Amino acid sequence: MNTLDSDQLPARGAAAVQARRFPRLLPERFGGGPASLEEHLSRYGQLPHGWGGPWREQLIAEVGRAGLTGRGGAAFPTARKLAAVAGGPDMPVVIANGTEGEPASAKDKVLLACAPHLVLDGAVLAAHMVGARQAIVVVHDAVREVVDGAAAERRRARLDRVKIKVMTGADRFVGGEASALVNWVAQGIPLPTATPPRVSESGLRGRPTLVQNVETLAHLALIARWGARWFRSLGTTAEPGSILVTLIGAVRQPGVREIEIGMPLSDVLGRAGGPAAPLGALLIGGYFGTWADPAVAGPLPFSAEGLSAVGGSPGAGLVAALPADVCGLAETARVARYLADESAGQCGPCVFGLGSIADALADLAAGRGYQPGRLRRWMAQTEGRGACHHPDGAVRMVRSALAVFGPEIDRHAQGWCCGRRPPGVLPVPPRRTP
Amino acid sequence: MSAVAATGSQGLWFLSRGSGLVLLALFSVVVVLGVATRTGSAPRRWPRFAVAELHRTLSLFAVALLVLHVVTAILDPFVTIGWAATVLPFASPYRTLAIGLGTLAVDLGGAVLITSLARQRLGQRAWRAVHWLAYLAWPAAFLHSLTAGNDLGIWWVALTEVASAAAVAAAVLARLFSRGRDGPPEPGQGPGPSRAADPRPAPARPTARAA
Amino acid sequence: MIAGARLRLNPIACDGRGLCAEVLPEMITLDDWGFPIIRDADVPPGLLDEAAEAVRLCPRLALRLDHPSTTPAASRPRAG
Repeated sequence: MNTLDSDQLPARGAAAVQARRFPRLLPERFGGGPASLEEHLSRYGQLPHGWGGPWREQLIAEVGRAGLTGRGGAAFPTARKLAAVAGGPDMPVVIANGTEGEPASAKDKVLLACAPHLVLDGAVLAAHMVGARQAIVVVHDAVREVVDGAAAERRRARLDRVKIKVMTGADRFVGGEASALVNWVAQGIPLPTATPPRVSESGLRGRPTLVQNVETLAHLALIARWGARWFRSLGTTAEPGSILVTLIGAVRQPGVREIEIGMPLSDVLGRAGGPAAPLGALLIGGYFGTWADPAVAGPLPFSAEGLSAVGGSPGAGLVAALPADVCGLAETARVARYLADESAGQCGPCVFGLGSIADALADLAAGRGYQPGRLRRWMAQTEGRGACHHPDGAVRMVRSALAVFGPEIDRHAQGWCCGRRPPGVLPVPPRRTP
Repeated sequence: MSAVAATGSQGLWFLSRGSGLVLLALFSVVVVLGVATRTGSAPRRWPRFAVAELHRTLSLFAVALLVLHVVTAILDPFVTIGWAATVLPFASPYRTLAIGLGTLAVDLGGAVLITSLARQRLGQRAWRAVHWLAYLAWPAAFLHSLTAGNDLGIWWVALTEVASAAAVAAAVLARLFSRGRDGPPEPGQGPGPSRAADPRPAPARPTARAA
Repeated sequence: MIAGARLRLNPIACDGRGLCAEVLPEMITLDDWGFPIIRDADVPPGLLDEAAEAVRLCPRLALRLDHPSTTPAASRPRAG
């Protein structure tokens, strides 16, 4: 962990003092609704302004030095994405992704509900940095009103040179994928399109499009104020900063927390009050994430490097604690079925592959038989063959389940199951009628 | 002299009608093959690419035969059709409606042909939209064959007409009722058992889980 | 090593018709559901004709043959 002395941070009055405190994005105490524009400015100060190419390049370089990576799940280096979009010949456009289609994750909704101005700052700043004149903020229905209110506040205060447009996202898991989001904004169809070309080259109306998760934009808004060194005062050298996580399942106080990257996973669980029951497994990252044995994963730092020891990564910031008396295979089967149903339905290997895999897992979970060779073949035939990474993520999650729940698979083969409560720890929305 | 001219004219007339009948049969086979590439029937005996290529080859052959059919009809001094009627529907003084239907079939078929030759450049959507016109071109050709000729009394002419209509009708019905690959089916309808309800645990036995 | 042509599939356009695997079995096999798996996108020089044939035959125009000199810059995979 790389912690700088607070003496080395710029001393600039009350805002700076508050900035050094933690948490950075979330309020110290929940409740009381979103921070108003006034509250936001008094906590964080003004967003830096600037014009021209040199200012933009300097800011992008600072973001590069800060080492900020995307907080939407893919962890792509933000500065590189900014440079790619800024470098195109046409006028770019910025799309802030607050759709949070992952059912178990709540961090983006909570961030938008508590600190919408921080996200809007980031969106406006990103627009300045790539030379765009418009920032489209697509948010989950649950927080639409709050974000509308914040945008209206800013308009009244004539705060931004950039036009902010707020939209509601589609209620669709794949809707958060970059090209699907562009497709949704452009013509109301939340389905991925074939890439190449990437959206950063040719996205909305053929223009270079920056698609960035709202949490990433919030971090961006703070890096612009306080610099790379401040940002790096938390986290690890390779993965600096703080990150929002959603903790669900068998923990005493489930919810969204802001944590320092690199914090041991057991401590992360501790921030949610610790396990509420003996744990059987952890699902780390999201529904595209990785199952892990709590005993093995507990001491690991919550970072891409640390979690790679169990084949996982922070992903979308979900940590789901599965109690020992709920069957992990049954949970996996439920999620696999959900992911299969949520396929955009455009690519055969995804539709058929995930469907077959979900069927096989349902059989396995219900003790109706298991053909490992066939399932392995299907997983190999499904991953990497869709237009987006939906099938890849689903297969990754299933692979980890088969590895972690090995003993349980043997038990199921003999007709036994350790689950004493029905599955349901991982939320799965009811199946949409076609 | 006039006998020779009359024989020549008779020759053109026979050639025109004969090529017309063959053309109808050929066009019907082309339509059936076109449907077959879509519904993909019997791929084991007939590779799909063979069906597709045959469809293409026969349609090009039909174009050649069509040229013969049209030219002999126009050149025939016995009837006045006029060159304009080759592309302008209902421009023929002789049997305006009947010939007009033929012209319609040529126009529609011509559009299908040109777009198919330029498919790679046009893109899938444009090509497909125009290709649907084939389902209009065939009935136009069929009606033309019924009304423009006088030969339905001959048994094998009538047979050809009936067989062609039956083949195309069967193909169209097969297309309508098959699950022909219009796109992957709805998720959940793939191979394997239909979507089970939430899997319930097998009879449970309190098994202490390894910590 | 000189880079050759690459055979690319658009998975959204592809409908699993299977004509490509019939004419280019050396490069394309079908998965359990009839959809093409292209093991290695690089086309050996000896198979260029067959590959072009597969591209032409595809009823959904889902295959493309990219020659490195003619691939438009916008659709070349970008590093990073």
